[in-house]
Order: sequence, then C-alpha cells, then structure tokens
Amino acid sequence: MPSKATLSGIHFMNGDEAIAEGAIAAGCRFFAAYPITPQSEIAERLSWRLPRVGGAFIQMEDELGAMAAVVGAAWGGAKAMTATSGPGFSLMMENLGLAIMTETPCVVVDVQRGAPSTGLPTAVGQGDMMQARWGSHGHYEIIALVPSSPQEAFDLTVRAFALSERFRVPVLLMTDEVVGHMYERVEIPGEVPLAPRRRPQVPPEEFIPYQPDPDLVPPMACAGEGYRIHVTGLTHDERGYPDMSAEAHDRLVRRLAEKVLRCRSEITFYEEVGLADAEVAVVSYGISARVAYGALAQARQQGIKAGMLRLITAWPFPDERVRALADQVQGIAVVELNLGQMSREVERATRGKVPLAGVFHAGGRIHTPHEVLAGIKEVARCR
Amino acid sequence: MQVKTKPAFEIVPGARHPMEKYLRTDRIPHIWCSGCGLGTVLGNFLYALDELGWDPDEVAVVSGIGCTGRIAGYLKLDTYHTTHGRAIPFATGLKLANPKLHVAVISGDGDLFAIGGNHLIHAARRNLDLTVVCVNNFNYGMTGGQCGPTTPLEGRTTTTPFGNFEHPFNLVHLAASAGASYVARWTTLDGRRLQKGLVEAMAHEGFTFVEVISPCPTNYGRRNRIGEGLDELRYYADHAVIRHGADPKEAEIVSGKPFLVGKFVDVDKPTYHEMYAAKVAEMGGNK
Repeated sequence: MPSKATLSGIHFMNGDEAIAEGAIAAGCRFFAAYPITPQSEIAERLSWRLPRVGGAFIQMEDELGAMAAVVGAAWGGAKAMTATSGPGFSLMMENLGLAIMTETPCVVVDVQRGAPSTGLPTAVGQGDMMQARWGSHGHYEIIALVPSSPQEAFDLTVRAFALSERFRVPVLLMTDEVVGHMYERVEIPGEVPLAPRRRPQVPPEEFIPYQPDPDLVPPMACAGEGYRIHVTGLTHDERGYPDMSAEAHDRLVRRLAEKVLRCRSEITFYEEVGLADAEVAVVSYGISARVAYGALAQARQQGIKAGMLRLITAWPFPDERVRALADQVQGIAVVELNLGQMSREVERATRGKVPLAGVFHAGGRIHTPHEVLAGIKEVARCR
Repeated sequence: MQVKTKPAFEIVPGARHPMEKYLRTDRIPHIWCSGCGLGTVLGNFLYALDELGWDPDEVAVVSGIGCTGRIAGYLKLDTYHTTHGRAIPFATGLKLANPKLHVAVISGDGDLFAIGGNHLIHAARRNLDLTVVCVNNFNYGMTGGQCGPTTPLEGRTTTTPFGNFEHPFNLVHLAASAGASYVARWTTLDGRRLQKGLVEAMAHEGFTFVEVISPCPTNYGRRNRIGEGLDELRYYADHAVIRHGADPKEAEIVSGKPFLVGKFVDVDKPTYHEMYAAKVAEMGGNK
C-alpha cells in the first residue's frame, strides 16, 4: 500500500530535501542523526515531517549512536535511515559492520564534502567512495548508489530502501555537497510502492532465524513479534547462536558476500551517454558526471566521438560493462572529486587494455567542463 | 557458608531451572567462570521478569560486549548482542520504533561507562523509557582483566601492574546527575533486594539504572587478594551498607571501606517518548 505521506507532485527542492522526501515516500519511519554540514537539510526536514506521519525522529549524541539507533530501529520493525557527511561517516563504520553481520536493512546517506578530517565542511568532495566500499572492518559486499541530481536523489533513496529490504543489507547513498544543495525540479510520483520486509513463513517454534531462502537471504523476525530470536554481531550459526569455528565463519562471510554478488544485475545500474559510436569514454558519477555532459558535447563539436558511462551504482562496481568498454574505446577518462578512487576500479576492470586519464580534483569545487574536455583530449591523442 | 569442593562443570541430569521458560536451555552451560556473579544477575533478572508478569514476547534485552554482554544470549526473548558500548543507542532505536516493547539493557561497567559513557548520560538526560542494568566487576574480565572506569585507586589489573592511578567513576552519582529517574545499587549477595530493585526499575517509566556489584574472582579478585567469589561475597556482607535515599555523591567505592547500596533516586518526570507521542497525536500523525 503506498504511503499517504508521499508529497506527490512537482517540486522545486534541493537534493537533501529530495532525500528526506524519498525516505518518507519509501516508508521510512525512523531517522536518527547527529548534526553535520552539508547534511543538515535532511535532518531538519525529517524533524518536522516524521512526527506528522507517525514516525520517529531523534537527534543522537554522535554518529556512533545514530547508526546504532538505526540498526535497533530496523529490528524494532521500522524502515530506518541516517544521514551524515565524512567525519560522521567514519564514526558510522562500526555499526555499519553490525548491520552487515546481523543482516539489518537500513539506509545510510553520506553527503560528501572535502576531506580528510574536518577538511572542507561546506564544500564538495567525493573522497569517501573507497570508505564506502571498505570502511568497516572485515570482508563484505556493500551496495552504494550515487545520485547526480535532486531528482535522482529522490529516486535512489526510494531504490535504496527497496534494495536494503530485498537483500537485508545496509545501503549507502553516496551523494555530495553540490547535489545536496542544488535546487532543481523534482517530480514525486503519485504512487511509490513500499518494499516489503521478508517475513518468516513458519510459526516461531519452527523458525530458524538465519536459515536463508534459496537466494541466500533469510526472512527477518523483528522484536515483539513472538519469534524471540537472538541477534549477535559475533559469527553465528543459522540459529543465530555464536559459533567460533573457522568453518562457521567462512560459511557466514561467504554467504553475506554471495547474496549480493550473485544479484549484481538487480543492483548495479548505470547510464550510457552517447556510447554507441564512442571512441573515447568518460567514466564518472554524482556531480562530476553532471559537469561531464557539457564536456561531451564540446568534444563532439570538435570531432571527438566521446561518450560516458555514468555510474548510478558505485558498489558493486559494473566490472563487466567497464571491461566491455575497454574493447570498444581507445581511452577512458575518469572524472571524480578525489585523487583517484573509482578510477582504480576502472583500471582493475579494464586490466590495462586502454590508456586512462584521471581527471581528478581533491574537492572544494566541482570540475569545469574544460578540465573534463582536456581529459577527453588526453586519451583521444592516444589513438 | 563453607564450600570445600569446587562444583563440577556439568548440569545435574534431570535438573531444571525454575525460570527455564525464559532461558535458551540449549545454550547452557554458560561461559562464565566459577565464582562470577553474572549467573546470579541473570537468575535475578529472570525472577524479576516473572514477578512483573509481562508477556515475554514484548520484552527485549540488549547487551553490549564483554562478559555481561553475553547475558542476552541466554535469554529466551528477543535479544540483541550489539557492538561495544552501543547497547543503549541500539535500544533507543528499538524502543522508539516499537514503543510497546519493554526494553532492558544489561551490560558491564566498561561497556556502559567507558566506551559507551556518552550514550549513557544522554539516554539518562532524555529520560528515555529504558532500564539499564550495569554489572560492575571493576575490570574488563573478558579481555583478561584490564583496568576500567570503575577500577578503584591502586587496584591491580593487567594494565595497572603498579596499581591504578585513575580515580574511578561513582556510577550511582553519574547516572543520577545525568538525569536517571530511578537509581539503585545492590550486590550479587543481595539476591532478593536486587530482584525487587529490578522489578521497580523496569516498572518505572523513564530512564532507570541499577548497578550490580559483582565478583570477578578470575581476573580482579585474584590480583587484588580478594580471593574466590565467595570471599568477595563475604567482603560485600562486611562492607555494604544499605541506606535508601542517600546522597548519590556519598556512594563512592573505596577499597577496604564501607560502601552504600540501596535506592538512591526514584522520581517521576515526563519521558522522551511520552512527549513525542503526545505531539504526534496532536498533529494527527498517520502512518
């Protein structure tokens, strides 16, 4: 049943506000966070929107607590979200790991700013992409989406909730300060389908909490539903009981990774821009990809057949598509607001087949189309 | 009370715990050392639960990490063994997402007052409807007996080989100052008083706090010449002074000196959830 709380219609709002509305539309009824720039508009909007739809908003004492509260709320039966920026994202890594290990559906938004450390609190960056991938300890697979516009921020927030419920994983929305603060037209559809939580199909006495369905995802029994299950961040068996054996650990960690990897086609999205006849490709995402559209047009005007693979899902990375791209084009320019993070993935996927140009900036401002064009020309010269 | 022989580590065939209905019996025997007070705390929690008469399906217990953190895993309830120090914020989310739940946090002094100290004071300040049971054994038992936020001055631990130079927290005073609406302290020797305290705390609306002084013969008692678990209980018998309504400031614990137990705070004030729910109702919040 679609939520009545959805603000259907056409709006003029920024990316942060679109994320807040995307969450409400997706059925999010719990939000915990700690104040941080440039995430404030998400928390502030939800502080007055959630009580109106019967949801819970709480400002926690820090991001450690915010992330822990989100995991707790998910086990209390709610669709739950938090939002932060780099410094807070670092603190959330601890309980992000708990969410992964306990298979807790939830959504974590990182409105990226200039980093490391306090860095540039009010200015753009994309330097948390590898932290999104590997920031919590241990080996795991994660889902991370990267919106390029306020509209996409709304759409991908809804999708993040759907993916988190489908796979029982935390899903990261890796946006950035410019998308977060940029005002654009946002169309909110009349009906946003609510992603169902996978429920136990057997009575409590027969329920085995971590026995997965054939797709490796187990159904979830929340607190107060009579199932009385034990949930632990320790390595556990299918009953949810701690099991300190190497066999149990390998089996669990493999399943947690495999349940995501085997469904890449359901998770990994990208947009292809003028790639059909492209001889040079740009790989980019988020606000950097927005800048690259202009550079592509300029390159075409100058006779360079340039196209773009715009990442919508950063993790899992579209290995196969990027590999195929290397068979088609003569060079790839990777455009991002860090000194080369997703470009490592491009390099790994293409296995050195084509020359790469890194169009990197550490953040604080977005690229100019001219800088992206220079990157395109650099690899075009390699022909 | 002379115990000459050590109990064997096996369950007597056919023996049943009177509160078995709340236990995951397939997880017994537990991992705790001989002489540890955690079995007593677990037992008293079960009796308190029974006395409250709540539907067990509506009770959730959240633990952090450490020896006490393992209590959750033995309870046949919805139980959550979370990350180190984060039991309280996890419980905050759980409670706010499903306000019908009775949520108790049971964890150790290191978990709740060192790594989780910030969460504890803020949950107390908010007066969230949670009961926090802190089992205080004066050291980090699980990791081998290191110094903690409650280790008395001069106490010997594996990381204070020359004695502890840090002043310990007075947990009663800290919880009361942060705004807890109910604060009590008992020892594992005071089984029935502890049970009564747990019942009162869990029935009380708002943030309630019960400290349980508990022996750790393996790691703390041994290094501080307290002796076996039973010897530490004798120490409690000789040193614990019951004084209800005492000033929490006077509840500090100093090795070799008498210390206060009892109920220190019992006040009513609006809970976070009450105020939030009233506002939601006023605005006609619809799910």
